[in-house]
Amino acid sequence: MNFTMPNLLPAYPEMFLLVMVSVILVLDLFLPQALRYVSYVLTQLTLLGCAVLTLDVAVLTQGQVTYTFNHMFVADLMGHALKVAAYIAVFTTLVYSRSYLSDRGIWKGEFFALVLFALMGILVMISANHFLTLYLGLELLSLSLYALVALDRDSARATEAAMKYFVLGALASGLLLYGMSMIYGATGTLNISEVAHAIASGQPNKIVLTFGLVFLVSGMAFKLGVVPFHMWIPDVYHGAPTAVTLIIGSAPKLAAFAMAMRLLVLGLLDLAVDWQQMLVILAVLSMAVGNLAAIAQTNIKRMLAYSTISHMGFMLLGLLAGVVNGNWLNAADAYSAAMFYVMVYVLTTLGTFGMVLLLSRAGFEAENLDDFKGLNARNPWYAFLMLLLMFSLAGVPPTVGFYAKLSVLQPLLAAGMTWLAVVAVMFSLIGAFYYLRIVKLMYFDEPIDTAPITPTLDVRVLISVNGLAVLALGIMPQSLMALCYFSIKAL
Amino acid sequence: MNIEGVLFYFFAAILLLSALRVITARNPVHAALFLVLAFSTASAIWMLLRAEFLAIVLVLVYVGAVMVLFLFVVMMLDINLDRLREGFWSYLPLGATVGLLMVVEMVLVLGGKYFGLEHLPNPADPGAGYSNTKELGRLLYTDYVYAFELAAVILLVAIVAAIALTLRGRKDSKHQDPAKQVMVKRADRVRLVSMPSEKKEN
Repeated sequence: MNFTMPNLLPAYPEMFLLVMVSVILVLDLFLPQALRYVSYVLTQLTLLGCAVLTLDVAVLTQGQVTYTFNHMFVADLMGHALKVAAYIAVFTTLVYSRSYLSDRGIWKGEFFALVLFALMGILVMISANHFLTLYLGLELLSLSLYALVALDRDSARATEAAMKYFVLGALASGLLLYGMSMIYGATGTLNISEVAHAIASGQPNKIVLTFGLVFLVSGMAFKLGVVPFHMWIPDVYHGAPTAVTLIIGSAPKLAAFAMAMRLLVLGLLDLAVDWQQMLVILAVLSMAVGNLAAIAQTNIKRMLAYSTISHMGFMLLGLLAGVVNGNWLNAADAYSAAMFYVMVYVLTTLGTFGMVLLLSRAGFEAENLDDFKGLNARNPWYAFLMLLLMFSLAGVPPTVGFYAKLSVLQPLLAAGMTWLAVVAVMFSLIGAFYYLRIVKLMYFDEPIDTAPITPTLDVRVLISVNGLAVLALGIMPQSLMALCYFSIKAL
Repeated sequence: MNIEGVLFYFFAAILLLSALRVITARNPVHAALFLVLAFSTASAIWMLLRAEFLAIVLVLVYVGAVMVLFLFVVMMLDINLDRLREGFWSYLPLGATVGLLMVVEMVLVLGGKYFGLEHLPNPADPGAGYSNTKELGRLLYTDYVYAFELAAVILLVAIVAAIALTLRGRKDSKHQDPAKQVMVKRADRVRLVSMPSEKKEN
């Protein structure tokens, strides 16, 4: 019985985060409501500390793939990049939602604790190299999100949304676990790298593996929210308090992408022929249902929910173009395009939901499309920012959304799936309608609501940076693209 | 068939039947009791697999603690069964079709062809002094310590979430704060009003 202490260095950010959540949780009990901002500041400092530690780990491991905790945990460049993106997303979310939360009586210590726990789930998922840790991270994230959705206890709509989310999420976790158990049955290991080795050796039974794969992809599709596993998205986005919707819609998408990469690409690349076909179906259905259903919505949160579905479908296009006829030449391009897409999507979503939060005030939810009418007359700067964000979601150059779509379509064409690219472009065109409708409402309609928009200074600065980043990255996408490319290349 | 095989099929049959009764029983208390039976037989099957520790933990934790608590809650709640069963028959055809299809697919894959004894043979007998509990503990606290810690964090989240969602400082509760009672001054409670005397009316 010999035990060697695992190398703790790669997990420093997670450990720091856990310690800080515990500190905030205890400290918050002793704070009166007037001093609640102390928890808020501590939470933001925690995120900053995590970011520093993650960069530190990246430097100390020299970007090498490092395993620890008996190969259950992996630190690599993709993980570091996604983690830093997740910190930024959560940081921005918290800044945007500050006044929204205090207006609605959910400005509580539990909120910060649950958000940080959710972030911890995201980090665990991002650096999981074992089915068990992947699943535990997913549960940590999901449980915190269920609670966050229900945190506004007196809202019947939020409670209903939380209930739906919980029941369907539990079902999806069951599917995922079942798939994992099948793969374990076939390969005899839960370690993702060992699963890849076992499959490459040709030993495990192909039918059992494919059977497990179906469940795995279903469970994952559920977490990504792609058709036909999308039912929860509109209801949860609509029912949850907007600040929580923003949390659900941003950082967890990075985790879902990491999960797809770890499971499908790193673990089951030899089964790519099988899962790529499944992803084709999911992607086409999501783009169709997402874009068509979004047109019919009058509530902006529901509209953005359907838009999420279509964007996740588009992101899958990158994941499914990696391997052509057993040839991996295309892989790095395709997967880095998907990573770029998901990062850009998170950036843009932060801005759009931030704008919804910005227009809301005590006793008023700016969640109908009509609330955006005449925004230009009320405040031209915010209208311009919203215009940039909508252009980015629709994929209009020179915003970054255009490059995201372009970079996904390139490997798709290189893989010879021209018809899929045509379908994707067609649905994007249909989707452009409802994004541009908001632009039309803002610039050409008379305002209905004329209350002044008075955000605090930090929100004003951050949302401007967010909106301009969409434009700046659109003009100079190379740095982020290169980051994604090297992250995927280093796997 | 040896005695282990007979026992296995015996327990498996009880397990399946009681699991079926859990979802078909009309009375929620009966359903909970059938779940207890299902857990007990499952632990017996684990015992057959020589996983004594897990078998005992299943009985102790699930049957002993969780299910008793569950029964307690079921008895306290007034569950309207007729409302729960609304729409059962209209959903049945679709649900049954999907369920049957999945069962057929699972039988095709999970039958003896791929998971039979020749593919997954019994592990060698570890001998008399072998302690299941010790081995589990060793693995849990060394190789799987990361996952173990994560599970602990998940429990912490569950506690935080449960408290955040249920604890309210109720305004209508009549609890008293002794500190405030002790600190009270006469002036807080009694107000002396000087009134001119009035003439009594007959």
